Amino acid sequence: MTITEKILAAHAGLDRVEPGQIVSVKVDVALGNDITAPIAIREFRRVGAERVFDRSRVVLVPDHFAPNKDIASAEQCKVLREFARDQDLEHYFETGEMGVEHALLPEQGIVVPGDVVIGADSHTCTYGALGAFSTGVGSTDLAAAMVTGEAWFKVPESIKFVYRGELPPWVEGKDLILYTIGRIGVDGALYRAMEFTGPVIERLGMDDRLTMANMAIEAGGKNGIIAPDATTRAYMEGRAKRPPVYYRSDPDARYAEVVEIDVGRIRPQVAFPHLPSNTRAIDDVGEVPIDQVVIGSCTNGRIEDLRRAARVLRGQRVAKYVRCIVIPATQQIYRQAMCEGLLEVFLDAGCAVSTPTCGPCLGGHMGILAKGERAVATTNRNFVGRMGHPESEVYLASPSVAAASAVKGRIASPEEVVA
Amino acid sequence: MKFRGRVWKFGPDIDTDRIIPARYLNTSDPAELAKHCMEDADPEFVAKMRPGDIILADKNFGCGSSREHAPIAIKAAGVSCVIARSFARIFYRNAFNMGLPIFECPEAFDGIEEGDEVEVDAGTGRIRNLTRGTEFRAAPIPPFMQELIADGGLMAHIAKRAAKG
Repeated sequence: MTITEKILAAHAGLDRVEPGQIVSVKVDVALGNDITAPIAIREFRRVGAERVFDRSRVVLVPDHFAPNKDIASAEQCKVLREFARDQDLEHYFETGEMGVEHALLPEQGIVVPGDVVIGADSHTCTYGALGAFSTGVGSTDLAAAMVTGEAWFKVPESIKFVYRGELPPWVEGKDLILYTIGRIGVDGALYRAMEFTGPVIERLGMDDRLTMANMAIEAGGKNGIIAPDATTRAYMEGRAKRPPVYYRSDPDARYAEVVEIDVGRIRPQVAFPHLPSNTRAIDDVGEVPIDQVVIGSCTNGRIEDLRRAARVLRGQRVAKYVRCIVIPATQQIYRQAMCEGLLEVFLDAGCAVSTPTCGPCLGGHMGILAKGERAVATTNRNFVGRMGHPESEVYLASPSVAAASAVKGRIASPEEVVA
Repeated sequence: MKFRGRVWKFGPDIDTDRIIPARYLNTSDPAELAKHCMEDADPEFVAKMRPGDIILADKNFGCGSSREHAPIAIKAAGVSCVIARSFARIFYRNAFNMGLPIFECPEAFDGIEEGDEVEVDAGTGRIRNLTRGTEFRAAPIPPFMQELIADGGLMAHIAKRAAKG
C-alpha cells in the first residue's frame, strides 16, 4: 500500500484499502477559517448539533479577511469567536496570536504525521509535508466532521514523483512544484494523491516541503504527501501535541503513474497568468514590468522564505513606484524575522511589513491590484482577478525571484541582484 | 428528476474565483452571492440567464478554492445543473453536499452549442440536445452519492442517521 492508503485504512479501521473504495474515516483535525467556517457553523446548528465531537480537534483560524477589513468581515469573524467560546475550543487563534492557517497548524504541532486532516480551505493539502493525509473540503463536509468526527473519502490512486539530481543555485521548493505543475497541468493529478519522493526531497528542509505539498491542489490533487524522515522527526520534536505515527509506502505499492524529474536543469520558475501551470524558466520571461510584489501566504510566508527574500533585498531598494509587501505567516515567524534582523532589511529596502493575513493572496485586502496592474507573488494562484481587478495579472514565483523583481521593477532573476 | 433549459457554455479550468470572486466572500448569503455568479467569466451571465438554464463547461470546472460559495452562487442564481467534461474534486464534493446536480460527460461539450435547449434526466444520466436531436450519456452517480441526494444533502443525511440513533 502507499502511504496515503495506509493512513486511510488505519483511520477507517481496516487492514487494507484499494483505490476507488469509498471509506468513512476518523478525522484527527477539522479546520475552518473566517470565510468557510460561518457556513459550517450554520449547518452545524441547523441539524440540531450541540457539541463538537472533540473540542481539541476542531480548529478555527480567522485569517482571510482578518484583521477585519470591513463590517461584514467583522461579523464573519465574530461567528467564529462566539462558536469557539461556546464550544470551549482548545485551538482558536485570535488576531495577535493567529497566523495564516497552513503555516500555523504545523508550527503549533496541532497536525502530526499519520493524521487525517480535513480543512475547509483548499490548501489544507499542505500538511502532507509532515506525512499526514490532509485535504481541502467544503463547509458542509467540515460541518459534518464537527458533528461526527468522521469524513468519507474515495481512496485516491497515487502518482509517485521522484526528484533526482543536484538542485541548481536559486532553485527552491517553489520552483520544483511550479515546474511539476507546469509539466502535468492544472488537472494532471485530478482526484489523485501526489507522493513526492526521491533524494532531492530527502534533502529538502521542512519549509520547502510544506511549499510543495501546499500546491498539490493546483494540479487538481486530492492530497500531496511526503513520507516522514529524520527531517520530519526533528521538526516535530518539542512541537507535536499528540504522538506522531510514521507511515511509509511499501516498496511494492501500486502507483497509477511514476514521474521522474531530474532537477539538475531546472531554472527558477515563473507561472504566467492565468494558470499555475503556465510556467516558464526565468530566462524565458522577457521584459515584464510590475507594480507590486507580495512575499507571504501559506505557500511562502515561512521563515526560510523570508530569509531568502532578505538575502536578495539586503542593501537594495525596492524600485520606484513598486509596492513590495512582506507578510510573515505567523506571529512566531514575525518574531523570528525580527530577531534575525530580517524586518530591518525589508524596512531599509522600502517594503511594507504586515501582520499575518491571507488578505492579498485572494484579493481580499492589504494589496489589491487596480485595472491593468501586475504583481509577482509567492502565493499559489494566478487566476483571473485573483488579487483584485479582473484585468490585473499575477505572476507566481519563489521568494528569491519575487524579491529580485521588487528591486528591478520587472520580473527578474536573483542572479541579477546578488553577485 | 429532469432538468430542462438553455445552455451557457464555458471553457476549460473555470476556477472558483471566476464563479464567485473572493471580493464578495465577506458574506455567505445565497441571494447576495447569486448576484455575482460567474461574474469574472462572463459579467453579463446573471442578467442573461433564466431560471432552469444549464451551465456546460470543458474540463476541470470548479478548480481552485474550497469555497462552497461557488455551488451556492450557481444554485441560488437559478441554474438547474452543471454539465462538464470533468470537475475539480472539491467542487464535485461540494456540489453534492449542497444539492446542486452536476454531470460528468466527456462528449457533451462538443455536441452542444450555446443557446441549445437541453434536457437532463438525473436518474439515468441521459442528456438530450432538443435543438439538434442528439443524445449523450453522463457518468452514473455513485450509489453513495445517490443516498446523500435522496436524503437531501450531507447534513440532512447526518440528521437522519442521528435520529435513528
